[in-house]
Amino acid sequence: MSTTSTPGPVRVEGREKVTGAARYAAEHTPPGTAYAWPVPATIARGRVVSVDAGRAMDEPGALAVLTHENAPRLKDVDDATLLLLQNDRVPHRGWYVALAVARSLEAARAMAAAVRVTYAAEDHDAVLAPDHPGLYVPDEANGGFPGSRERGDFDTAYERAAVRVDATYTMAGLHNHPMEPHAATARWEDDRLLAYDSSQGATTVQKTLAALFGTDKERITVVSEHVGGGFGSKGTPRPQVVLAAMAARHTGVPVKLALPRAQLAAVVGHRPPVIQRVRLGAGEDGTISALAHEVITQTSTVRQFVEQAATPSRTMYVSPHSRTTHRVVALDVPSPSWMRAPGEASGMYALECAMDELACATGVDPVELRVRNDTATEPDSGKPFSSRHLVECLREGARRFGWHERDPRPRSRAEGRHLIGTGVASSCYPVYVSASSAQARVDGDGRFSVRVNATDIGTGARTVLTQIAAEALAVPMDRVAVEIGSSALPTAPLAGGSCGTASWGWAVHKACRALGDLIGEHAGTVPAGGLTVTADTSDDIVSEPPQAKSSFGAQFAEVRVDADTGEIRVSRLLGVFATGRILNARTGRSQLVGAMVMGVGMALLESSTLDTRFGDFAERDLASYHVPACADIRDIEAHWIDEHDPHLNPMGSKGIGEIGIVGTAAAIANAVHHATGVRVRDLPLHPEKLLA
Amino acid sequence: MATHPAPDRSTGPGRSGDPDRTTTSTVTLRVNGVPRRLTLDNRTTVLDALREHLDLTGAKKGCDHGQCGACTVLVDGRRTNSCLLPAVAHDGAEITTVEGLAELVGPAEGGALHPLQQAFVDRDGFQCGYCTPGQLCSAVGAISEAAAGHPSYVTSLTAGPPGPPVPLSPDEIRERMSGNLCRCGAYPNIVGAIEDVTR
Ligand code: FES
Ligand code: FES
Repeated sequence: MSTTSTPGPVRVEGREKVTGAARYAAEHTPPGTAYAWPVPATIARGRVVSVDAGRAMDEPGALAVLTHENAPRLKDVDDATLLLLQNDRVPHRGWYVALAVARSLEAARAMAAAVRVTYAAEDHDAVLAPDHPGLYVPDEANGGFPGSRERGDFDTAYERAAVRVDATYTMAGLHNHPMEPHAATARWEDDRLLAYDSSQGATTVQKTLAALFGTDKERITVVSEHVGGGFGSKGTPRPQVVLAAMAARHTGVPVKLALPRAQLAAVVGHRPPVIQRVRLGAGEDGTISALAHEVITQTSTVRQFVEQAATPSRTMYVSPHSRTTHRVVALDVPSPSWMRAPGEASGMYALECAMDELACATGVDPVELRVRNDTATEPDSGKPFSSRHLVECLREGARRFGWHERDPRPRSRAEGRHLIGTGVASSCYPVYVSASSAQARVDGDGRFSVRVNATDIGTGARTVLTQIAAEALAVPMDRVAVEIGSSALPTAPLAGGSCGTASWGWAVHKACRALGDLIGEHAGTVPAGGLTVTADTSDDIVSEPPQAKSSFGAQFAEVRVDADTGEIRVSRLLGVFATGRILNARTGRSQLVGAMVMGVGMALLESSTLDTRFGDFAERDLASYHVPACADIRDIEAHWIDEHDPHLNPMGSKGIGEIGIVGTAAAIANAVHHATGVRVRDLPLHPEKLLA
Repeated sequence: MATHPAPDRSTGPGRSGDPDRTTTSTVTLRVNGVPRRLTLDNRTTVLDALREHLDLTGAKKGCDHGQCGACTVLVDGRRTNSCLLPAVAHDGAEITTVEGLAELVGPAEGGALHPLQQAFVDRDGFQCGYCTPGQLCSAVGAISEAAAGHPSYVTSLTAGPPGPPVPLSPDEIRERMSGNLCRCGAYPNIVGAIEDVTR
C-alpha cells in the first residue's frame, strides 16, 4: 500500500505556474496581432440567408467579417465540426456563422454584436425520447466498441432469475468547462502557419490543419506548451484554431481568438444526455446470471458520437447471459464529444446504482456483492485480465473507510436534522496505449535532453517524463531537460484515454535506454558533438494482446442530507485504486482526487439542460453551470494498491487521469439512498428530486 | 454584448477632440510598483490592459464575467476580479498581479517565491495552473481580510464586523476561497497550502 510513501517530485514547471510565467495559447501576442470574436447562430436549424457586416465594419479598427461567402475554403476532413464558414447550413444553435476580426479585442466584440444575420429557419428536433423513431444501433460506439453485444440468452436467464432488478437511470448533458477557454493564436508567414493552440495534442492539430488548408504538415507548427485543462474537450482540434488560422490567412496579420465562455457549451463538445436501462438477474446470494445494459443517447447531425456507456457492463462482473446495446439519434443539437472517462463515467453510474439496488433486493452487503461477482476473465472477450485487483480495492477501501460499522437499513442514522448515509461503487477504466516517438540526446557537457510532443494539460506529464528519462538513464532528474508541447518535436499521440504517460513514457524510456547503450559503446565518453537517439514504439505495441487490460478501483462516500431542504453534502469520499505502478505519488494523487472532485460535481451539481425549444443548452456560463467550488469539497482521500503487471509497458503503469471520476456519482447516489431511503435515478441529485 | 460608444473619429489618443465622441482615455496604473501609462479603449478592462497591453499574462481570463476568479488581482490591496473593472475608472490604482506577489514580502532576490507560491508548489496546489494566479492573489487577500477581522459566512460573530482577527480554519479557508474555481479539483491541496502559511 503506497499512501504515505515518498510523495514524488514536485512539478518541474511549478515555478512557472505559480509566478505567472507559464504561457497559455492566448498569451502570445506577435506584433500586429488582431483579435477575433465569433458570431453564433441564433436558430436551431436552417440556412443563413444573408450576413450584413455593414455596421460592424464601421467600428474603428475593424478588419474583416468572415462569413461562408468570403472565408478561406477548407478541404474535407473526417470531423465536420471543423468545416466552419463553408456553407449556409445551420445544423444547431450556437454553430458559428461569422467571425469578426479587428485591431482590438473590444472592437472585435462590438463588431460581432453588430453583425446582422438573417436566417431561413426550419423546424428542428431536439427532444431525446426513448421511443424516438430516429433511434438506431450504431456499428460502433465511441472508442471503436461494438454498438451491440449479446452473450448467452439474456431473456430466458433473466426470466428465471430468483432476484431481478430493472431500473432506468437518466442524466443530463455535462460540460468539461476547463478553466482555460479554448484559445488559439495563429500567424501565417510565407505560407507557413504557426499556431499556439489550447489543445491536448499538437500533432493531431497539425495534421488536421494541414488537411483542412491543403498543405504539407511540414509547413505547420502547432504549439501547446501549457494547457489550462481539457478533460477531453481539447482532445481533437476544436473550432478556435481553425477560425484563427482562417482569419489570419484572410487578413494577413496574426490573429488571436479565445472563445467566449458563453459560447463554449455549443461548440467544443460535451458528455451527451444518456438514458440507461439496467436489468440484473441474480440468485438469492447475489450472483449475477443475467445482465442487460441498454443505452439511449443523442448525437448531432454534424458528426456521430456515441457515448459508450454500456461498455463497462462487458468488463465488470460475472454475467453468463448478457446484452449490452447502444441506440442513438441524430438531433438538431450541438455535437457531443469526449468528456473525462466517456462511457465509463456515465455507464458506471447506472451499473453501480443497479448493483446497490441488487444489494438491497438480496440483502447482501454491497461490498460483498461486488466481491461475489468478481471475475478473473473479462466476460465479453473471454480473455484473462492481465491484472485485476478490484476485490483488494473494495476490501482495503472498506477497512479505511470504516464501512462495516454501518447499519445497512436506509434512514438509520441521523444527527440533528441531517440524515447520514454511506455508499460504495466500483471504478474501472480500460488500459490503452498508442505508438509514440521520442528523442534523447546527451550534449558534450553531459547534459541530457528529451524531446517528445507530449502535452501537459495538468496531468504532470512533463514531470513524470523527466522521471522516466532520469530513471532509464540512471541520472538525477535535474540533469534531464524534457521538452514537450510542440508539433516540431518527435510525433506523439494526444493526451487522452489516460494513456499519455504509457505511450510517451514508453518511447522516452526506449530512447533513453538506447542512448545509454550508445554512451556505453563510446566507453562512457560523450563526443564533443554529443549523441542523439530517436526511438519509435510502433513495433512494440501489440494490437491484439492475449489479455484484457483495465484499471479498477472502489469509492466510498458519506453524505449528510438536510431532511428539511434536501441539500446534500459529501462529508467524506475515499477511493482506492489499482492502476499499475504510480510513477509520481504527488501528481498522481492530484489526478485521482481531482477526478473525484469532478465526480462530486457530476453527482450533485453539474447539469446542462437542453432547451428543446431553442435547441441548445440553458447553462452557458459558470454562474449557471455549477462546477464544485472549494467549499463543496471536504474530506477526499485517494489511495492505491501496489500493482505489478508485467503486461503493460516498461514503466508498469496503467493510466490514472480518468478512473477517479468513474463510480463517484454512484457511490454518492447510493449513500443518498442509504441516508434517506429515497432512490433518485436521475443526475444531478438536486434537492427538489429528494423532496418530490 | 458590449456597449457601442460612438466611433472615435478624432485625431488620436487621449481626451483630445470632442469629449462626447472620445473613445479612448489615458490612464496610469501602478502595476507591481511600476507606474504604467496607457492609452486605452474606454471599454478595456483592467484584465485586458494587463494581458494585452502590458504583456502581463499571469492574471488569467476564465470567464470574463466575474464568475470564476481566474483574473483575481489585488487592487489597492484588496482582491478583485479584474475582468469586471474598466481600466478607465482605475487611474492611479495600485495593482498587484501574480508576477509581483514575491515582492510583497521583500525584494525577490534570487527569484525567491512568496511563501504561498512555495506552498502551492510543495503541496501540488494546482494541476493545469490556469486558476493558480487567481488562487494565489485571492489567498493573499483572504488572509489579510481575516487578519483585519472581516467575517465570512462561516464565522461565528461575537463582535463587529470588523471584529477580532479570524483564525483561518479549513472551513474558513474553503469558504473564503470559493470565489476561485478550479476545474482540476486541486481544492484539498489549495486549502492545505494556505494552512501551511497561516498556521
Ligand atoms: S475571468 Fe474574471 S472572474 Fe472569471
Ligand atoms: S489547476 Fe487547473 S483549474 Fe485549477
